[in-house]
Amino acid sequence: MARRALPILKQLSHRPTLGSFLPKPDPNTRSVTYMPRPGDGTPRCVTLIPGDGIGPLVTNAVEQVMEAMHAPVFFERYDVHGDMSRVPPEVMDSIRKNKVCIKGGLKTPVGGGVSSLNMQLRKELDLYASLVNCFNLPGLPTRHENVDIVVIRENTEGEYAGLEHEVVPGVVESLKVITKFCSERIAKYAFEYAYLNNRKKVTAVHKANIMKLADGLFLESCREVATKYPSIKYNEIIVDNCCMQLVSKPEQFDVMVTPNLYGNLIANTAAGIAGGTGVMPGGNVGADHAVFEQGASAGNVGSEKLWGQKTANPVALLLSSAMMLRHLQFPSFADRLETSVKRVISDGKYRTKDLGGVSTTQEVVDAVISNLD
Amino acid sequence: MASQLLRRVIGSRSTHFLSGAVNPSPTLLSSSSPAARVFSSTSTPITATLFPGDGIGPEIAESVKQIFREAEVPIEWEEHYVGEQIDPRTQSFLTWESLESVRRNKVGLKGPMATPIGKGHRSLNLTLRKELNLYANVRPCYSLPGYKTRYDDVDLITIRENTEGEYSGLEHQVVRGVVESLKIITRQASLRVAEYAFHYAKAHGRERVSAIHKANIMQKTDGLFLKCCREVAEKYPDIKYEEVVIDNCCMMLVKNPALFDVLVMPNLYGDIISDLCAGLIGGLGLTPSCNIGEGGIALAEAVHGSAPDIAGKNLANPTALLLSAVTMLRHLELHDKADRIQDAILKTIAEGKYRTADLGGKSTTTDFTQAICDHL
Repeated sequence: MARRALPILKQLSHRPTLGSFLPKPDPNTRSVTYMPRPGDGTPRCVTLIPGDGIGPLVTNAVEQVMEAMHAPVFFERYDVHGDMSRVPPEVMDSIRKNKVCIKGGLKTPVGGGVSSLNMQLRKELDLYASLVNCFNLPGLPTRHENVDIVVIRENTEGEYAGLEHEVVPGVVESLKVITKFCSERIAKYAFEYAYLNNRKKVTAVHKANIMKLADGLFLESCREVATKYPSIKYNEIIVDNCCMQLVSKPEQFDVMVTPNLYGNLIANTAAGIAGGTGVMPGGNVGADHAVFEQGASAGNVGSEKLWGQKTANPVALLLSSAMMLRHLQFPSFADRLETSVKRVISDGKYRTKDLGGVSTTQEVVDAVISNLD
Repeated sequence: MASQLLRRVIGSRSTHFLSGAVNPSPTLLSSSSPAARVFSSTSTPITATLFPGDGIGPEIAESVKQIFREAEVPIEWEEHYVGEQIDPRTQSFLTWESLESVRRNKVGLKGPMATPIGKGHRSLNLTLRKELNLYANVRPCYSLPGYKTRYDDVDLITIRENTEGEYSGLEHQVVRGVVESLKIITRQASLRVAEYAFHYAKAHGRERVSAIHKANIMQKTDGLFLKCCREVAEKYPDIKYEEVVIDNCCMMLVKNPALFDVLVMPNLYGDIISDLCAGLIGGLGLTPSCNIGEGGIALAEAVHGSAPDIAGKNLANPTALLLSAVTMLRHLELHDKADRIQDAILKTIAEGKYRTADLGGKSTTTDFTQAICDHL
């Protein structure tokens, strides 16, 4: 319901004032009246996890900008680090209570026998969908133009099931689990997202020519859901071909729905095409909770040098927090923040090193604040 | 036995793919063994198996044959076609005789093959891979001079483990609506492909080998793969070894492909990354590929589809098969011939006068082939 309200709000804000008619009215728009609930505008509490590496730097940027905008949110801050064995219970309680969280990256140790905290969060809160929006920012030169891709990735099963064992010495098995329930759920989310955001096409990414049963089940679920959304085009693409198409003709893609691992790769490839993980917003959504973070890199905490010099790019998390504001139904604040960030990028005066500039994180934040309407 | 060993040494030492022209390095030339030189100067023709394949396959294979004749390459082709019926000995449309031919000749070239849809038989590529034990797939990817893509400075080699991992084909339904698929990683196969990758890097004067993994999530399976790579890396102290997480690798590749040199990876990642790299340089129509099997077998192949829509119309682009044939020549230590043919191909494409439709030209396959012959 909350998600449905967003496009309605958007439409409202774009509706022409009485008397000034559009030259050719869009037959798809309908007249709506938005009736706010009592208390719709009261400040909301959000859990904040600064995380590791560049995390505190970029989350601090978000805090500053929110403060400057007088956005109706306040934060409950918890320190969580990637080397903890599990997410502290009070953090989970806080997210459960607030339902919304914004976080910096949490480092995942490689092969250390510690399971990733990012994954724990997703599993415990059942954040089944990960969403990354990869698009060209105006004024930022990249190799490809007209990229506007939303990657929706199944987040709870597949290759990330974490079921592994050694059969005999030297032979290891890992299980990839695909269930009808989760596949249907993610397909529904993708189509619903496409519908609400007025997207035209959903592409399912798979490798069903090899993994006939597992990815076959995923495709079957997508096809079933697709029949319920006749206005949205549906097609399928094999994951290796998809990567090849992404680097040659990315403009052909719109919304993509993928199982877990493929989504991870596709989102990163798409982010690379459109300007890097430093500018791509994203988040993880479940039925009840949402965690917003840098789009394509939950485990990416940057290099020592990056946070030593304080030159991490805050744009991704700022755009993610704009998504969060929209999710909290503060669309006007979201628009203000987004406009300001885009202005700073297209001015080109304050950019961090990954975008070819020399600015520090703080300089970019100051620029964003001074560009706020 | 002795000749077997010799061949094996030659085989692995000489898989000198096209890096020569792009990345000339003196160490390359000095690395070829004396035995190999003796071998290449023999006047008796070498027999190689040729699978022209389906669709556009016969046309582009004809183009290879013509150019090889023109360049006087001492190779005799033994042509094999995919059968009409399923051969019970291979459970596939490929006959036992065809497979025997590759095993005997140890070198082969394969055009695109379309696996007919239906049950009760294995896919043609899978049959070849399993029966010949082709454990590594090597794809050199480099920007073709004169053919503009959005990425200019690509020069990397992808080496993919080809026998296990996610493509083991072990799947089952646990209960209704829940499916499991097994990914198998073994020490033996991982060591074998890592060994080949480092060997390749050394033999070709490459400086760096990157192992691509997702061991932060799949700690045991990809962990084992990494462990094997590390073990092999210790034996090659002069080659830099690094480990890159696959998602980060994807991002780096599209941001700046020049960051990578030789990449070695398990099956699925290899499949995805090698196609992504092909996309960087202009598609599968331009990418050579070679499969390395046990006992020094090398099967070069065109990895693109059989394009039935333009079959027989004289419009197909033979570049991928030609460049693959060049990799085959390098495998046979016929470097002078390989260089001549490769130069002619690159020149023809760079000149831009004769290009096939997929590269934005109007030439026919025969015109393009003739132009290459003229450039020899």
